[in-house]
Amino acid sequence: MDWLNAIVQGVLLGGLYALFAAGLSLIFGVMRLVNIAHGDLIVLAAYLALSTTILLGVHPLLAMLIVIPLMALIGYMLQRCVLNHTLGGDILPPLLVTFGLSVIIQNALLEGYSADPQKLNVGDLETASVAVGGLSVGVLPLATFIVAIVVIVLLQWVFYHTAIGRQFRAVSDNADIAQLMGLNKGHIFGLALALSLAVCGIAGVLLGARTSFDPAIGSGRLIFAFEAVIIGGLGNLWGTLAGGVVLGVAQTLGGKINPGWQVLAGHVVFLLVLAIRPRGFFPRVEH
Amino acid sequence: MSNAILETVSLDAFYGDFQALFDVSLSVAEGETLAIVGANGAGKSTLLRSIAGLIKNDKSSVRFAGREIGDLRADSIAKRGLALIPEGRQLFPSLSVEENLKLGGTVGRSGYWRLGTVYKLFPILGERRDQPSTSLSGGQQQMVAIGRALMSNPEVLMFDEISLGLAPVIINSIYEQLPKIVAQGATAIIIEQDIGRALSAASRVYCLQEGRVKLEGKTDELSRDQITEAYFGVAA
Repeated sequence: MDWLNAIVQGVLLGGLYALFAAGLSLIFGVMRLVNIAHGDLIVLAAYLALSTTILLGVHPLLAMLIVIPLMALIGYMLQRCVLNHTLGGDILPPLLVTFGLSVIIQNALLEGYSADPQKLNVGDLETASVAVGGLSVGVLPLATFIVAIVVIVLLQWVFYHTAIGRQFRAVSDNADIAQLMGLNKGHIFGLALALSLAVCGIAGVLLGARTSFDPAIGSGRLIFAFEAVIIGGLGNLWGTLAGGVVLGVAQTLGGKINPGWQVLAGHVVFLLVLAIRPRGFFPRVEH
Repeated sequence: MSNAILETVSLDAFYGDFQALFDVSLSVAEGETLAIVGANGAGKSTLLRSIAGLIKNDKSSVRFAGREIGDLRADSIAKRGLALIPEGRQLFPSLSVEENLKLGGTVGRSGYWRLGTVYKLFPILGERRDQPSTSLSGGQQQMVAIGRALMSNPEVLMFDEISLGLAPVIINSIYEQLPKIVAQGATAIIIEQDIGRALSAASRVYCLQEGRVKLEGKTDELSRDQITEAYFGVAA
């Protein structure tokens, strides 16, 4: 039963990792941008939620209503004012600039909030659980997993059934030709990063509700996001969820064997997948 | 020309350090069908890409509807009513036929052309609307590319090598639709390597050679030899 419990916890943890990864995957798909600052932006969202709960005295989950649009706005401005200038034939400039951004965010958070670990206080929700079979499943991890599924369904719907999704795909296919059709690619890219950071906003709040966080944990979240995307296969959001679940289960099982192995087990499974299936489990079918 | 809807004024265009166009001045009158012919590398595609804004130029080197547009981005030029059907069709592979057409309508210019009228012009596209655009034959893909450009209800429509790589019978059926397209009020610029086809579709022609205008005139006033000489640079 203990093992089954570890697997269930791992699956639910995978939902959080899928939320970390979805935004990363999205902007890579639209503009081939690898955002090294992605993890730090998730942490930034957690701190924004912290400030919101303190300033307004609201529940952290309610703070999402402010954090999500704020993160989206930050994303749009960041893309239009900074990242659009780095995109071009060379993949190095966006990597370097987002790496620099990562350093800047970490240090700004350190300056603003100190290095003390913080936690979003979600009250009773933190310890609430439901009994499923013989297992006790935490409400918050379960809710996180459900949110991950809802977010992926919504992103899929946006991508494949709306005008803006059509524009994302067109710009991704061929930005020059899309421009001929009257699309301003700078604006479309801005909307893509806005959407990506909106998902970061959700992920950041759920992260902060689940565990304590400090300004330095961003790069670790980035690695988990990368691993989930690669395990699942680039360009496939459901694959990303599966990748998150594989990573989560590997970590909880590793932690079950030896608490020190938790993170390591995740990395080892990631390397194994990379060795056996370099394109992940569900790579996008190329036309 | 006073009633020109589109003109280039001493246009020099570059690909990186390579100068592809030298002092090209041409004009198109409203409602006219103009052909631009020339050998490979004469600068025809560069000319259209410059007009469409994919290559940036001096502000004053391209004038459209009385405004200088040489330095505008391609998307704002498209919004003003200039559409380019690019060489090689360049459909969006991730989009279905209908999504490609809808994307062409993004500029939000209303007019005769919408999904229904494009499907009337090319009925086969209506039957295949939900298929991936890349699953179509070359000729059908060209129809999508034309339809996608029409969806923006352009005032000037530029065709870059629409017959490239297509069977003659398909080319004929596409050219048969050209009068219907022009009849909706569009001015057309056609780039062709096939001189005969270009001359029969257009009322006026420019010949480009090595980035320069070699010859210009009404198609019914120029002799075939004059054009051949301007095309190849040697007397036939």
